[in-house]
Amino acid sequence: MSVLEKRWVKPTLLFIVFLVFLALPRITLTFFGSTYLVELFVQSMIYGILALSLNLLLGYMGFPSLGHGAYLGIGAYATGICIIKLHMGTLPASILAILIATFAAALFGLFALRARGVYFLMITLALAMLVWGLAYRWVSLTAGDNGISGISRPQLGPWSLREITHYYYFVFGIFLLCLFIISRIVHSPFGRSLVGIKESESRMRTLGYNVWLHQYVCFVIAGFFGGVSGVLFIFYNGFISPPSLEVTPNMEILLMVALGGPGTIIGPFIGAIVIVFLKNFVSVYTERWLIFLGSIYILTILYAPKGILQAFDLAWKFLIGRSTAEKKQEKEYGK
Amino acid sequence: MDFWITQAFNGISYGALLFLFASGLSLIFGVMRIINLAHGSYYLMAGYLGLTLMRIGSTYFLAILGAAVIIALVGIIMVRVFLRKLSGNDLGQVLITMGFALIFQDVALLIWGGDPFTINVPKALSGSVEVGPLFFPKYRVFIVLMAVLIGLGLWLFQSKTRSGSMIRAAVDHEEMARGMGINVPLVYIGVYALGAFLAAVAGVIGGGFLSIYPGLDFEILPYAFVVVILGGRGSLKGAVVGSLVVGLIDNFGKVLFPELSYFTLFAPMVIILAVRPVGLFGKA
Repeated sequence: MSVLEKRWVKPTLLFIVFLVFLALPRITLTFFGSTYLVELFVQSMIYGILALSLNLLLGYMGFPSLGHGAYLGIGAYATGICIIKLHMGTLPASILAILIATFAAALFGLFALRARGVYFLMITLALAMLVWGLAYRWVSLTAGDNGISGISRPQLGPWSLREITHYYYFVFGIFLLCLFIISRIVHSPFGRSLVGIKESESRMRTLGYNVWLHQYVCFVIAGFFGGVSGVLFIFYNGFISPPSLEVTPNMEILLMVALGGPGTIIGPFIGAIVIVFLKNFVSVYTERWLIFLGSIYILTILYAPKGILQAFDLAWKFLIGRSTAEKKQEKEYGK
Repeated sequence: MDFWITQAFNGISYGALLFLFASGLSLIFGVMRIINLAHGSYYLMAGYLGLTLMRIGSTYFLAILGAAVIIALVGIIMVRVFLRKLSGNDLGQVLITMGFALIFQDVALLIWGGDPFTINVPKALSGSVEVGPLFFPKYRVFIVLMAVLIGLGLWLFQSKTRSGSMIRAAVDHEEMARGMGINVPLVYIGVYALGAFLAAVAGVIGGGFLSIYPGLDFEILPYAFVVVILGGRGSLKGAVVGSLVVGLIDNFGKVLFPELSYFTLFAPMVIILAVRPVGLFGKA
């Protein structure tokens, strides 16, 4: 058994990562003197929550949605409209916005889950365009092209979240909570039966499972987390406008999941970090970053179809050689 | 009354342009089940190519043909080198066409810059036709005529030629078509090239009245998806009806309910997908 396969390794590694994330604002301030990296991690965690929830659909239920960005949009717009137009407080506005996003998912799910395969892709795309169309054209509610702006971060007890480092810890807390809940869902009997349905719908139906209800509940849960990410997004950005709901950002969320590895708990978050960092760093060095991003789509699909984690895994095995267990097995089979 | 006739004509002529653009997407979606997010890029790139060809001295009609041939070649390379490896992988195909769409967008920005352009149409096609108190722009009449001509051509091709029946066979039942000895991979390449060709024709013609600018690719693409879904995959009749409906809904929606104009466009698509995913004229 190699060191990496020992039982204590994984929790220890996770704990170290946790400590690094806790210390991150301090580290970046000391070494770089700016909060730029902190901002990027806040973005990564917000998109990470969205990607984790899309992964419930794509990785565990086997339904790739082309329009999951719509729930971020609904959450963000609803928060903004409640605060700016209805003069609601921050907390009630946020809760109402998450409820609205969840309700939208409950409504959209009734339509979307009637379709399968390539038609599911189309119907989720159409629903996302519908949300975009309302944001773009329903000017009296959404201010059209201008978007909703002027949302500032609130005070949370003694801490002002206006400070990006404070907001970082707030988002980190919410992110950990979402990660915990999602991993509980995935490992619950409900999550296991979702995977069972993904493997074979007809088998699970024969076994007496209500296939549609499982999928519907999963769809609504994913919408709920999408709404959470939307609320975090508008308080981070202070601003939401129709371009955040177009086809391109919707595809980017999907790329994060595909790149990170669908069907793994943490993969989509890693995908989100990679995309957020690449977008920001590459656009500093070259104006041609769209070509770069486009190439990432193509390379991911061709060379890392199961995600970057698997690609790393293969590279790692290649570097350290096969593990002792594998060698032993090969010996036994006389290879 | 005049208002209704003028607006209906605007809707129909926009529908005609959409037909040129979407009939190719419908073929690709129908035969290969690919959601081609790069289809809008073909339209945009063709518009720019047409512009460049005319600047170096080509005539208007030669520019349409030249741009369409170049884009068809691009399409053949895409399908031959990349898309063919991913058959059956719906999500992979969507994401890879998205990657290409981003690259094309950036390449277009690199070559032609960010300013909007309009393609100069021949003198014979500018100005307008007067019918009583109404004026119809000649160019829009020309677009309707082109759509009718190309639609007829496609119909003859699909129903009267051997290649056309091979395509219909591949739409209806791919496995059976293979079993009958039809070279389905070759049909795929042909269909994809034809789809790209039609999108490019639409791009140059559309450049004459909608102008060409960065971002147009993803602006026009959703319209084509609505057309394909309303009409039904791979159905020519569906593409005709779908484009007319979408052209009219879009035009009247923007005039009558400006705040809900995109809602009136995408809501029918959602309902059709939920109730009858094969579309109004598609075969189950």
